[in-house]
Amino acid sequence: MKNLAQLLREHPFFHGMDEEHLEFIARCGQNCIFNRGEYIARENAPADQFYVIRDGKVAVESYVPNHGSLCLQTLHSGDIFGWSWLFPPYLWTFDGRALDEVHAVRLDGKCLRDKCDEDPKLGYALMKRFARIVTDRLHTTRVQLMDVYNQQRPPLDSGQ
Amino acid sequence: MTPEVFRVEQRREEFPGTFTLRIRGERAKNGSPAEFQPGQFNMLYAFGAGEIAISLSGSPRDRDGYVHTIRTHGFVSQALERLQAGDLLGVRGPFGCGWPLSAAKGKEVLIIAGGLGLAPLRPLIYNLLGDTQSVRNIRLFYGARRPDEMLYRDELAQWAGSMEIVQSVDHGDADWAGHIGVITGPLAGAELDPQNTVAFLCGPEVMMRFCIQTLTAKAVPESAIYLSMERNMKCATGHCGHCQWGPNFVCKDGPVFNFAGVQSWFNIRAL
Amino acid sequence: MCEFVLQAEHLEKLIQVIRGEGYQMLGPVLRDGAIVYDQITTTQDLPRGWSDSQEKGFYRVEPGNTGAYFGYAVGPTSWKKFLQLPQRQVWRAQKTDDGLDFVQIVEEAPALAFLGIRSCELHAIGIQDRVFVDDQFCNEDYAHRRDRVLMIAVNCTSPAATCFCTSMNTGPEVTANTDLALTEVINDEEHYFLIASESYRGGQILQQLPLTPAAERHLKAAESAVQSAVYKMEQGPRSLDRAGVKDLLYRNYESPAWDLVAERCLSCANCTMACPTCFCSDVQDTTDLSGEHAERWERWDSCFTGDFSYITGGSVRPDTRSRYRQWMTHKLATWHDQFGSSGCVGCGRCITWCPVGIDITEEVQRIQAMETAL
Repeated sequence: MKNLAQLLREHPFFHGMDEEHLEFIARCGQNCIFNRGEYIARENAPADQFYVIRDGKVAVESYVPNHGSLCLQTLHSGDIFGWSWLFPPYLWTFDGRALDEVHAVRLDGKCLRDKCDEDPKLGYALMKRFARIVTDRLHTTRVQLMDVYNQQRPPLDSGQ
Repeated sequence: MTPEVFRVEQRREEFPGTFTLRIRGERAKNGSPAEFQPGQFNMLYAFGAGEIAISLSGSPRDRDGYVHTIRTHGFVSQALERLQAGDLLGVRGPFGCGWPLSAAKGKEVLIIAGGLGLAPLRPLIYNLLGDTQSVRNIRLFYGARRPDEMLYRDELAQWAGSMEIVQSVDHGDADWAGHIGVITGPLAGAELDPQNTVAFLCGPEVMMRFCIQTLTAKAVPESAIYLSMERNMKCATGHCGHCQWGPNFVCKDGPVFNFAGVQSWFNIRAL
Repeated sequence: MCEFVLQAEHLEKLIQVIRGEGYQMLGPVLRDGAIVYDQITTTQDLPRGWSDSQEKGFYRVEPGNTGAYFGYAVGPTSWKKFLQLPQRQVWRAQKTDDGLDFVQIVEEAPALAFLGIRSCELHAIGIQDRVFVDDQFCNEDYAHRRDRVLMIAVNCTSPAATCFCTSMNTGPEVTANTDLALTEVINDEEHYFLIASESYRGGQILQQLPLTPAAERHLKAAESAVQSAVYKMEQGPRSLDRAGVKDLLYRNYESPAWDLVAERCLSCANCTMACPTCFCSDVQDTTDLSGEHAERWERWDSCFTGDFSYITGGSVRPDTRSRYRQWMTHKLATWHDQFGSSGCVGCGRCITWCPVGIDITEEVQRIQAMETAL
């Protein structure tokens, strides 16, 4: 069986990370499995972890009264779930729910936060990776907002 | 050029506002309608209302008629929408340059469709699935607005046996098993051998633009990317001037273009 | 090629011989204060003794200094209206009990003779031939009309200030294919045409005319008349860098010059209507009240109109900036890639007939200047 450092090393999120940092991060982590339908995170609950998805599908959801849970995006093998642990007040802003059996590595955000403050090099390496995730999600959200497949939209501007 | 008379054989609603017509030539006694290449289009004439360009979305091997999937938007498509089995319409075509099947030989094939863009890619899928030996593998990335706004859902389920299909919608529903997000997400995550990949794209221009960014970031060469362009096609013979796009007449030089050849035009706005 | 002298008083004979061969004669006539192309039956119909004055957004006919038949430059109409008709029915359709019938409208193309085609216009006809006949698809209506035209060209000796055919290498001397070529020579003592046939049909007509062989002095006088036109244009206000313009425009799709011209351009489409090579058309489908009969009509269209580039959702070229850029870049740059030549023959019509006086040669120079300044 592979150890955690090995699992993280193979995950695209950690590509190119210093071995020493990787070893440290692995020490903050543990393997976990979520069953289909199980919540990985609940909106407004303390966010002291994040998840490296190894296998399975996670829905990022928000609960809408009179409608139920609205899925905004799905995350898959190779994705990361959760960045709320990085910023005060360290509360989840959305629900995270397993859509099938999800295998993940849970990383202790609190432990990493402290370590990042001590070791800015690790902090920067990690922050760069999260910034990338955030911009990717923002890009996705913007394209979704453009509603490109809906052709019933008002005339375009001048294109300049 | 006068249209040929065709009769609607079957009408099928894909989802509200989008329908598929199977049409058959009235003069079938004289032989089959003209053969077409995947990616080509016909000019469909609704009596008295006018004519619009619609891609061929049936199988090129089906020699008895044509299949067209149409979204209701303007005056002519609304008139076409009212056609029922047995009704008549006019057809000119097929026109244009289609998908270069030869470019797929021995390659990993990515078929990237957005919304109604799956329609002109379907004949290509039929041809590729009919000769899977000639390519390394086939993957379909299909993005749409909602699960119930996806085309050919029964067939997608069938095709899943022969090729990998990644589906993504902007908004899911309770039964949706695919991705929610945009198609560039799974495309960016796909493992591929960029030097041995060929990509065929059809969808809204902005969606193709983002997909091309994703592909080139993965080192897929521009010359391995083919896309189908939409412009105002009126005569389909390069005479009316409406579909000009830089030096290209989309009706006869396209609608399918190699990206390397049109890259400089693709990035000019309001061209 | 053998050249002859046709005395001016025998121009009538030329017209009548050609009409006698069964051609309907078309040529310049003075109408509504402009010299336009229309039917003529005698030399009396020609605007003899008239000249014109042209500038940006300005056109006036005025009495000339001589009694020349062809002492003016090109007017607002071009020959294209007789070859690519401004409107024509393409087909009609009828619902029957159990079907639908489409009937192609095939009009018998009349045998036309174009009298007084300038060299720039011959080139323009050649350019339209490449679009409608020599390309992948053939416009049969155009091709039939074109086949039946007898072309009587005139070497241009009276260019307007708006002319720049020397820049475009399309004139003023007739170099493109024609049936007959004339040069009008007029001075205090003489008034005659130097005439030569360049086709079998042209030769057949020459045989019926009272000609005398051209002497050296006739040839010289004719050459000097054409050379003075060349000189006038070379000294004139307008020129265009033909060799460099394609690359210049390809480099300058985002030039601020387009914004400047868009502030003036009215998107009125006059330039495209007056242009002898602009070929864009639209189709209109109509039906009668009974709903049983439908027709398709083809009409001249312009890339300056709002619907021209419409696709689902809106127009690809939503503003004047993109439309003017399309028109000018097509004419001077993309045309080369499409049809192997420029789409501009330097006739100057777009300059004269622009209501706000936009000058294509100035716009090219502005782009050039702005590129250099950047």
